[in-house]
Amino acid sequence: MDTFRSKIIPVTSILLGVVVLWYIFAVILNAPFQRDLDRRANETPSVVEFLGKTLSQPKPTLPAPHQVAVNFFENTFLRSVTSNRSLVYNAWVTLSSTLLGFAFGTALGIVIAVGIVHVATLDRSLMPWIIASQTIPILAVAPMIIVVLAAIGITGLIPKALISTYLSFFPVAVGMVKGLRSPEITHLDLMHTYNASASQTFWKLRVPASVPFLFTSMKVAVAASLVGAIVGELPTGAVAGIGAKLLAGAYYSQTIDIWSALVAGSIVAALLVMVVGIAGRLVDRAMGGRPA
Amino acid sequence: MTEQSPAVVSASKLGLTFQTNDGPVQALSNVDLTIGKGEFVSFIGPSGCGKTTLLRVIADLEKATSGAISVNGMTPEQAREKRAYGYVFQAAALFPWRTIERNVALPLEIIGLSQAEQAERIKRTMELVNLSGFEKKYPWQLSGGMQQRASIARALAFDADLLLMDEPFGALDEIVRDHLNEQLLDLWDRTNKTICFVTHSIPEAVYLSTRIVVMSPRPGRVTDIIESTLPRRRPLDIRETPEFLAIAARVRDGLRAGHSYDD
Repeated sequence: MDTFRSKIIPVTSILLGVVVLWYIFAVILNAPFQRDLDRRANETPSVVEFLGKTLSQPKPTLPAPHQVAVNFFENTFLRSVTSNRSLVYNAWVTLSSTLLGFAFGTALGIVIAVGIVHVATLDRSLMPWIIASQTIPILAVAPMIIVVLAAIGITGLIPKALISTYLSFFPVAVGMVKGLRSPEITHLDLMHTYNASASQTFWKLRVPASVPFLFTSMKVAVAASLVGAIVGELPTGAVAGIGAKLLAGAYYSQTIDIWSALVAGSIVAALLVMVVGIAGRLVDRAMGGRPA
Repeated sequence: MTEQSPAVVSASKLGLTFQTNDGPVQALSNVDLTIGKGEFVSFIGPSGCGKTTLLRVIADLEKATSGAISVNGMTPEQAREKRAYGYVFQAAALFPWRTIERNVALPLEIIGLSQAEQAERIKRTMELVNLSGFEKKYPWQLSGGMQQRASIARALAFDADLLLMDEPFGALDEIVRDHLNEQLLDLWDRTNKTICFVTHSIPEAVYLSTRIVVMSPRPGRVTDIIESTLPRRRPLDIRETPEFLAIAARVRDGLRAGHSYDD
């Protein structure tokens, strides 16, 4: 009951507000084109008829929520999952490169963080480059990665995954540097009094202390990976994936398709973040975390 | 103090100067001290008098900048490498992701004892601090006093003869503190360890110690060393005896003398 009051009601109210606003803007944005059509057809619809028409155009400027919902439902549940019009199929294509890129990115981020924490030269030399790497727009880098890799014969999943890696290693590296440096002075002093070796201090103190930081940064990283995978599909002329759906929708002015692909992408992102969050909570519980 | 037993800690003309942004700070100056085996020595003084710094020098957590110090006849660094002491910090400093039992096992894992030997030592030290039955609990499930007892168990686990304690009961309420003081004395009596104990409580220092080292700040130095005339076995109510009060008065005088020096 408490979650109902404290979470479901506020979230639902906002959602309702958004839907209402969305309808209002759908009418406002689609009205000029509809007036144009009616004038050419010499029709003078009533206000209700006019509103109905603005909300049911085949290629509206802003599709109404129910149009997106119907399109999303049809393309998710009414198509075979192997059809390339199925959102499930397209989401899976994007998800697979997201997960691969996320795995690479997390591993790379951890390796970089360990290097930075343990090697003073890396701390000074690597960090500025890592930060600089994230200031380069991914849209500029993505085509080059795809083209360069294609030139040496690597195509398909890997180039897309590498773009995800490029975006996702950063939060993990930064979070893990912080996490590996998070042990209190007293804990480090304690290990010193035991004459513990650097690797003992690392495995018995730094690594467990960094786990909460890892999961927090992985939540950011997994969402970034998905963005990377979608962006990676744009310049590749990919035939499948949420990015490909977005691009195709833009070519053919299928605005409803664009929006339902967008919804599919958001759902995948929310699920990914949720899964990482749950994994984090399970690990925390297994490590003796105090139940919240 | 028995003259024939070799000194566990021996310092002469010991000094330590920290370089800070505001210039050098003399944390310790000209400390001469010898601690024999089986002694219970308290260091008492106002904050900034260097009592914790002295303990940290013994533990090789700080390096002296002048003078000489030996622990078990070695340099503090060699003594630390040989795991000559157990150290109890002001905070319990238990690892929150380990159960009490695994926390006590931490030093044993580091020195590489077998599982069987670890289990045996854990059982023994947990009994010593009266924490049997709490092995599988996580630190947050225990009270502050119990957490500190667990950290004492951890310091005792590898059976060093020297126990260094830095205001271990400072954060606890008086009732718990009395209780732990009693248990600590009992433990000292049974194990015959040498204990160096930092405190800022006069009754605690007098109740526990065979010797009380009174220190004073700016520069951190030893102003008085008081031999306790109390018997080795001390019930809590010994604190109302004239003998106890006389020693406490002398400690208080020593502290006051140190203070007036600066003011």
